[in-house]
Amino acid sequence: MSWPDLAPLWLSIQLAAVTTVLLLLVGTPLAWWLATTRAKVRPFIEAITALPLVLPPTVLGFYLLIFLSPNSAIGGYWRDVTGTTLTFSFTGLVIASAFYSLPFMVQPLQSAFEAVGRGPMEAAASLRASKLDSFFTVAVPLARRGFITGIVLSFAHTIGEFGVVLMVGGNIPGQTRVISIAIYEQVETLDYAQAHALSLILLIFSFVVLLAVYTLNRRAPVRVG
Amino acid sequence: MALEVDIRLVQPGFELKLAYDFSDQGITALFGASGAGKSSLLRVVAGLEPAARGRVVFGGEVWQDEQIFVPPHKRGVGYVFQDARLFSHLDVLGNLHFAARRSRSSQFDNVVQTLDLAPLLARRVDGLSGGERQRVAIGRTLLSDPRLLLMDEPLAALDHNRKADLLPYIARLPAAFGLPVLYVTHAVEEVARLAEQMVVLAGGRFLAAGGVGETLARLDISEASGKFEAGAVVRARVVAQDEKFMLTRLEVAGQPLSMPGSQVAMGEELWLRIRARDVALALERPVGVSIRNILGGVIVDITTEEHTAFAEVLLDIGEDQALRARITRASVAELGLVCGMRAYALVKSVSFDRRVLPKMV
Repeated sequence: MSWPDLAPLWLSIQLAAVTTVLLLLVGTPLAWWLATTRAKVRPFIEAITALPLVLPPTVLGFYLLIFLSPNSAIGGYWRDVTGTTLTFSFTGLVIASAFYSLPFMVQPLQSAFEAVGRGPMEAAASLRASKLDSFFTVAVPLARRGFITGIVLSFAHTIGEFGVVLMVGGNIPGQTRVISIAIYEQVETLDYAQAHALSLILLIFSFVVLLAVYTLNRRAPVRVG
Repeated sequence: MALEVDIRLVQPGFELKLAYDFSDQGITALFGASGAGKSSLLRVVAGLEPAARGRVVFGGEVWQDEQIFVPPHKRGVGYVFQDARLFSHLDVLGNLHFAARRSRSSQFDNVVQTLDLAPLLARRVDGLSGGERQRVAIGRTLLSDPRLLLMDEPLAALDHNRKADLLPYIARLPAAFGLPVLYVTHAVEEVARLAEQMVVLAGGRFLAAGGVGETLARLDISEASGKFEAGAVVRARVVAQDEKFMLTRLEVAGQPLSMPGSQVAMGEELWLRIRARDVALALERPVGVSIRNILGGVIVDITTEEHTAFAEVLLDIGEDQALRARITRASVAELGLVCGMRAYALVKSVSFDRRVLPKMV
């Protein structure tokens, strides 16, 4: 068995890392809003956030392909500004992955923020802490297990994505050829040895990640400060 | 008047509507049954109920009116919650620092000493007892350097002994930190022990207010306190300790009264609480009864309780002091009790509450 080409694995890790950071930035305020709002639109936003859980990746990928293509408003604007296209590019993959993995970041965070509740935030406000201050010094540390779960699941889910990538990104080595696509192609070309190697790596990786999540969730809360 | 409140808060099945100017001196008790709106009022003052309408002004500074809403963290209000609400991700010291860092309070040593927090500083919040949690919560709040201290039934979750431990700490706060305190409670003992002024709420409305003694003695607070608790608080002076019979002899409105001997100094002024159900009435000073405490007075009010066998009689015993007696309506009719009539209150010695403590002045 020859040593597999690890470039797709490395690309998957890069994609998952960038996507996870992006999701932290977008998902945290969204989850906080969902956990604290009494607005009537909340169920609608929750349903939209959860859509990637039930939609076939091909459906999600199809719509993203349409919205990101240079013929659409968003894709066209992007091409005019940057001179590149969103479809079949790494940037496009990041955007697609962010939508695809959104519920895996937002749902653990939302539950964690709901568990924190109003009590500690009101106490912080009465101790002269502004909303932003209270958020970072009280809500985030109290919700840290939600953050750990959200980060790990988003990362792992993005590593494992296939359908959306295939629709939006295609199979461009170094650009959009992530590990799942590489395995698919290897199987198609009957290169079972390479497929075995990459699949085993992915299997072990996924198991270790899930094991870490469940272990962390069982352990007593880690103390900060 | 330091805190002016004229507010309205509507919640499902409940409306709080109150206009009152609170004293900026000492401890003011907010008294009433659960659901009376006491905690809601505190939350409005602290800025934790954005749905509240009306005006809140503290020390001439507008915290809320039609245009203005000062957010809670800019009001300088300290809030001690019933459930302490310590931050579980920090230890005791971390909780105290959280407040001190933001207020730049220089009171750290003073607070730690006043509340005996030194042995707790390195402890985890989860491992603290109820009483310890509240002491830390009070300390944390003081370190936020508040201008007004709001306490929402801080003792409600504690057992009797823990309450007794914590009461002296709370009583010390206004003097030690120059702070007006609004203290929510439904326990008459806490009011009598801590407060100078009290405001009584019932069903989200103002019911009565004034000095603790007069207010507790007034009949119309029974709706807030519950019939069982209804009673009067009277001022007494220690005149002698009777070693032979183990009695402390007191004087109330110039009339003698005795209670089982207790550790109080001669000449000391005390507040005593006398429950309405422990007072019987007679038209003449009775002789040949075991009850030793018999106070003469004039009936100034009789309130019959609808749909019950009972009535409450308010007896003026002189020096602006009054006793309440809960007797049957049948007795009122049989004795022909009417306002202006002279009567004698028979108070069982044993009914004096051992917990009645010297008043802090």
